[in-house]
Amino acid sequence: MTTPISTPQRPARPAGRDGFAQLLRAEWTKFRTVRGWVVGMIVAALVMVLVGLFAAGSSHIGCGRPGSPARSGRACLPHIPIGPGGEVVTDSFYFVHQPLAGHGSITVRVTALTGLYASGNSPVGQGPVGQGPLAGMKPGLQPWSKAGLIIKENTRQGSAYAAIMVTGGHGVRMQYDYTHDLAGRPGAVSAAAPRWLRLTRAGDTITGSESADGRRWTRLGTADLPGLSATVQAGLFTASPQHEVTSPFFGGSSSQGGASLATAAFDHVGTSGRWPRSGWTGAVIGGGISGSYPVRGGGYHQAGGRLVVTGSGDIAPVVVGPGAAFPTATIEEHLVGAFAGLIAVVVVATMFITAEYRRGLIRTTLAASPRRGRVLAAKALVIGPVAFVAGLAAAVVALLLGARLARNQGAYVLPVSWLTEVRVVAGTAALLAVAAVLALALGAVLRRSAAAVTVAIVTIVLPYILAVASVLPVGAADWLLRLTPAAAFAIQQSTPRYPQVTALYSPSGGYFPLAPWAGFAVLCGYAAVALGLAVYLLRRRDA
Amino acid sequence: MQATIEVTGLRKRFGPTLALDGMSFTVQPGQVTGFVGPNGAGKSTTMRVILGLDGADAGRALIGGRPYRSLRNPLSHVGSLLDAAALQPSRTARNHLLWLARSQGLGARRVDEVIGQAGLQKAARRKAGGYSLGMRQRLGIAAALLGDPPVLMLDEPFNGMDPEGIVWMRGFLRSLAGQGRAVLVSSHLMSELQDTADHLVVVGRGRAIADASMADLLAAASGDRVTLRTTAAPEATAVLARAGAAVTVGGPDALMVSGLAAERVVRLLGEHAVPFFEVSAHRATLEEAYLELTRDAVEFRAAEAPEAAR
Repeated sequence: MTTPISTPQRPARPAGRDGFAQLLRAEWTKFRTVRGWVVGMIVAALVMVLVGLFAAGSSHIGCGRPGSPARSGRACLPHIPIGPGGEVVTDSFYFVHQPLAGHGSITVRVTALTGLYASGNSPVGQGPVGQGPLAGMKPGLQPWSKAGLIIKENTRQGSAYAAIMVTGGHGVRMQYDYTHDLAGRPGAVSAAAPRWLRLTRAGDTITGSESADGRRWTRLGTADLPGLSATVQAGLFTASPQHEVTSPFFGGSSSQGGASLATAAFDHVGTSGRWPRSGWTGAVIGGGISGSYPVRGGGYHQAGGRLVVTGSGDIAPVVVGPGAAFPTATIEEHLVGAFAGLIAVVVVATMFITAEYRRGLIRTTLAASPRRGRVLAAKALVIGPVAFVAGLAAAVVALLLGARLARNQGAYVLPVSWLTEVRVVAGTAALLAVAAVLALALGAVLRRSAAAVTVAIVTIVLPYILAVASVLPVGAADWLLRLTPAAAFAIQQSTPRYPQVTALYSPSGGYFPLAPWAGFAVLCGYAAVALGLAVYLLRRRDA
Repeated sequence: MQATIEVTGLRKRFGPTLALDGMSFTVQPGQVTGFVGPNGAGKSTTMRVILGLDGADAGRALIGGRPYRSLRNPLSHVGSLLDAAALQPSRTARNHLLWLARSQGLGARRVDEVIGQAGLQKAARRKAGGYSLGMRQRLGIAAALLGDPPVLMLDEPFNGMDPEGIVWMRGFLRSLAGQGRAVLVSSHLMSELQDTADHLVVVGRGRAIADASMADLLAAASGDRVTLRTTAAPEATAVLARAGAAVTVGGPDALMVSGLAAERVVRLLGEHAVPFFEVSAHRATLEEAYLELTRDAVEFRAAEAPEAAR
């Protein structure tokens, strides 16, 4: 039936490269030639920056003292200690210490740990000295009230240390350099159940051991403190962090708290190595006008072989939130506009395919490229990188402007490592990119703009808003941010949650239930499944 | 590459509707093949199946012996225009052609060439959303020509065209066929194809009911019919019926006679002295041939969807 023909009048044309590259070029041409889509992506970037700056610009910090002119901004910041790892730390406690030269060890028995705390709004413990710090305080320990042994580079805040301690609610712990925390024997300390603690220094290594009876010792852990001076300060300490009660309510949460004190009783103090004969010196670490030592109480009392040390404060990383000793900001606070930018990105990404269905253009596309899976792949590889570039530009600008704004207002932007900063910025851009791919896939599955945009926003943006706006209780918010694509916003969290610091670790405070990359992986999983379904349906359905 | 379209036994069902019911035909190179039938007869569905856009439940459609979906850079094998309105309104005509060219590894130069061929030079940089239907048809033709394909398949390309455009389109289709290409053009209006198509595939109720050259089709439809004008209809009817003709009333003073040639009618009437003032052999128009062929299909459609049988 068929007859071969020759068409000599048509010039021989080199066969076009039937590669994926030409398909990518076609989809890129499609994207850039619809002005609305290009404008939409630019709007996404602008909205992201503006919302971020608006959020940062809505707070202003001022401070003043009677008899001195009011100040604002950076002048309000106290001295901020930085730990060996570069993080901002709290380093205030009562220290009963002696210098220790070279190797040596110190052993002690703890027989009691008790506490007092101020609750409510009464300015207890911060009144004039004559009134006494303890007036009106209630008895009770904080979970992280701590007392024990510490070996510290020097008495300056933020210097390297290793400590072994009993705590109010977390048993025996070994902690070092602020962020490290090892768990030992659980349970509370009492005269009936005392705890023996020991710290041994050998070179840069400090070993912590514990015992119930002073005979059988268990090694709890070792701390490497590189570059530790030959002579360090070693001795006993007590600290007790801010008492905090958080009451969530619809649309937010309120946090009330006050200072606390802890008192520990030590005996059987034993040392080995080269210790001076001068005896113990007591000192408040982090006191003074600009210090962060919370109360005026603190001291020690020595009688016979017994030492009683009372102290307040904490030795721990600073955690953002109401309990922080000074106004803090995180780098990601300037990126809160990401959700707004995401809405625009989702709309454009969805339209990138649903517009073709609406006009019947999809048939032209699939007639030109019958391998349908590749069409979707090419679209994803265009819209994803476009969203990434828009998000990256917006994140960099928002971060630079936001950090400057925050500094001018007197908030201290918590420093993070450059790696974390790259992760937060590039992660925000990647979040937009993968969300765009997810929206595209939803568009291909649902084939209708309104339906696809709605589903994409309800699954990606809405859970995030519900969670961080404290509309939901923390538990429900956490589950939303584990199960929905909004989990990916965890990529923006720059400061880790520290189990050894009591704080309101809620989405509204910037803490996500999943680790950054785990949260991001949840979104990637959704995108992969949706894309797979979209490819399957695109292949199977009539165009 | 053989410039043919072969469709064999296509069947396709959309829910309760049998859209294609054993559709078979072949489109040969070097001629314009008209693809006609009432609305809903399965023309567009057949074209979508040929292009691999819709899957058939049974049967196959081959382009030059190969399924469309196996073609690499398919626009250089088949150029198609299914729906002239399938455009992103905010994209310019030139950019529409440009992305399509990119998908085939073609450059902007080829885009400008087909814009010239379709006569769209002046409007190419305007947004396609502002185009009239006639201009969209030209843009669709330009898109179909991008890959310089040996096979062209156009669905209702005359729709919305002004008379000047229709004349241009006819000449253009003829010249494409003259270059040795296989050109399949669908229409639901036979008159559009009368002076264009060399070959016709007439479809109804999902299958081809005629697949013949234009000349054969016209001859078959004309039959042996003679129009007789006379003032003595009863006598004429009696004389001719005795000679074996079937006679029907064709109007006042007019009879339609079939089964006898015109010369024989004249001689019989003369022999029996029946007066008449005109005897003319009937020449069927393509429209009549088409209506004749599709009567069943149309009646069937009319019963369930009156608007489909226009």
